[in-house]
Amino acid sequence: MAKFGKKKKGMPAVNTAALPDIVFMLLFFFMVTTVMRETELKILTPKLPSADQVKKLEKKSLVSYIYVGKAKDGTPGDKIQLNDRISSIDEIRSFIYAERAQRSEAEIPLLTTSIKADSESSVGTITDIKLELRDVNALKVNYSTVKGSAMDNIK
Amino acid sequence: MARRDTPEINAGSMADIAFLLLIFFLVTTTMDTDMGISRKLPEKQDPNIKPPVLKEKNVFEVNVNRNDEILVEGDTYMQIDELKEAAIKFIDNGGGTAADLQKEGLTPCTWCEGDKDPESSDHPKKAVISLQSDRGTSYKMYIAVQNELVAAYTELRNRYAEKKYGRLFDQLSSSQQQEITKNIYPQIISEAEPRT
Repeated sequence: MAKFGKKKKGMPAVNTAALPDIVFMLLFFFMVTTVMRETELKILTPKLPSADQVKKLEKKSLVSYIYVGKAKDGTPGDKIQLNDRISSIDEIRSFIYAERAQRSEAEIPLLTTSIKADSESSVGTITDIKLELRDVNALKVNYSTVKGSAMDNIK
Repeated sequence: MARRDTPEINAGSMADIAFLLLIFFLVTTTMDTDMGISRKLPEKQDPNIKPPVLKEKNVFEVNVNRNDEILVEGDTYMQIDELKEAAIKFIDNGGGTAADLQKEGLTPCTWCEGDKDPESSDHPKKAVISLQSDRGTSYKMYIAVQNELVAAYTELRNRYAEKKYGRLFDQLSSSQQQEITKNIYPQIISEAEPRT
C-alpha cells in the first residue's frame, strides 16, 4: 500500500536535456536555407502571373532583378524599382553596367535579368525595359512567374 | 589537495538561446524559388541591313490587342486555350516539297505529323511565330500567350523525344537536346515592337 502512495507524489519531469539539440538542429536548417532579402520593395509587392513552362533560375549570383509594379502611395502608372529605389527607364542602363562591374569578365555573358512584374502592369513598360536591355546587350531575360496554369491569369 | 571536479556549467538556458536564434531565422527566411519564362532578346539590328524576307505562309502571326483579345493570322479571333493547338498545327505542318527545301539546304520534314498543307509552314526550321502586342496589353495576358507558344514547342519536342529516344525532352542528354533544339524543332518566336 505504501508503495502506491509514493507514486502519487508527482509525475517525473520529462527529460529535456535533448531539447537544445533538437532546437539547434532546426536552427541550423534555417540558417543554411535562409536567404536574406537584399532589397526592400518600394513598390507594392508584385503579384506575379502564373505560367507552367517555367525554368528555374540556377545561379542566383548571376541574376539582377528589376521590379515593376504599382506605387505604394497609389499614384497611377507602373513604377520600376532598381536596387532599392524607384527609378526611371533610362536608369536601367547604368544599373546593368553597375551589375556588370561587380562580376568578372567571364561571367558577363551569363548574366540574366529577372523581370518581376505585376500581372496588372502594361506590356508597354515591359517593352521599354526590354529595349533598354537590348541596347546594353543584356539579352538574357527571365519573366518571373509563379508555377501554375497560364489560364489562371485570364480569370 | 584532492582534485575537485569543476562545477558543471548550467546549460538550462541553452535551449532558450537557441530558440531565440531559431525564431529570428524563421522570421527572416524567404523560401521563394525563382522561376519564370526564359527568353533571349534579339540582338540590336544594324538599321542598314534589311531583314530577310519571309514567305507569308511561314509566318504565324499572333496579335494581342489592348483588350487582351487574340487575333491569329490576321483573321481569326481565338481564345487563349486554342492558341497552343493552332501553333502546333502550324509548326508541325511540314508542307514543303523536297525540291523547294533543297534550295535552302533542308530535307523535307519526315518527323512532322501535320497536314502537309502547302498554304502553311514548309518546315519547323522555317516556321516563325511572330508575336505582336499592344502597349496597353496586360502583362498577364502577354505571359499567358508566351507560355502557350513555348508550350507548343515543348509538346512537339517531347513528342519527338518520346518517339526517338523513349524519354521526355528534359531527360535527354545535352547533345540530344541540342540536336532537337537546333535541327528538329528550333524555337523561333519573334516579337515585333508593340504598337502605341
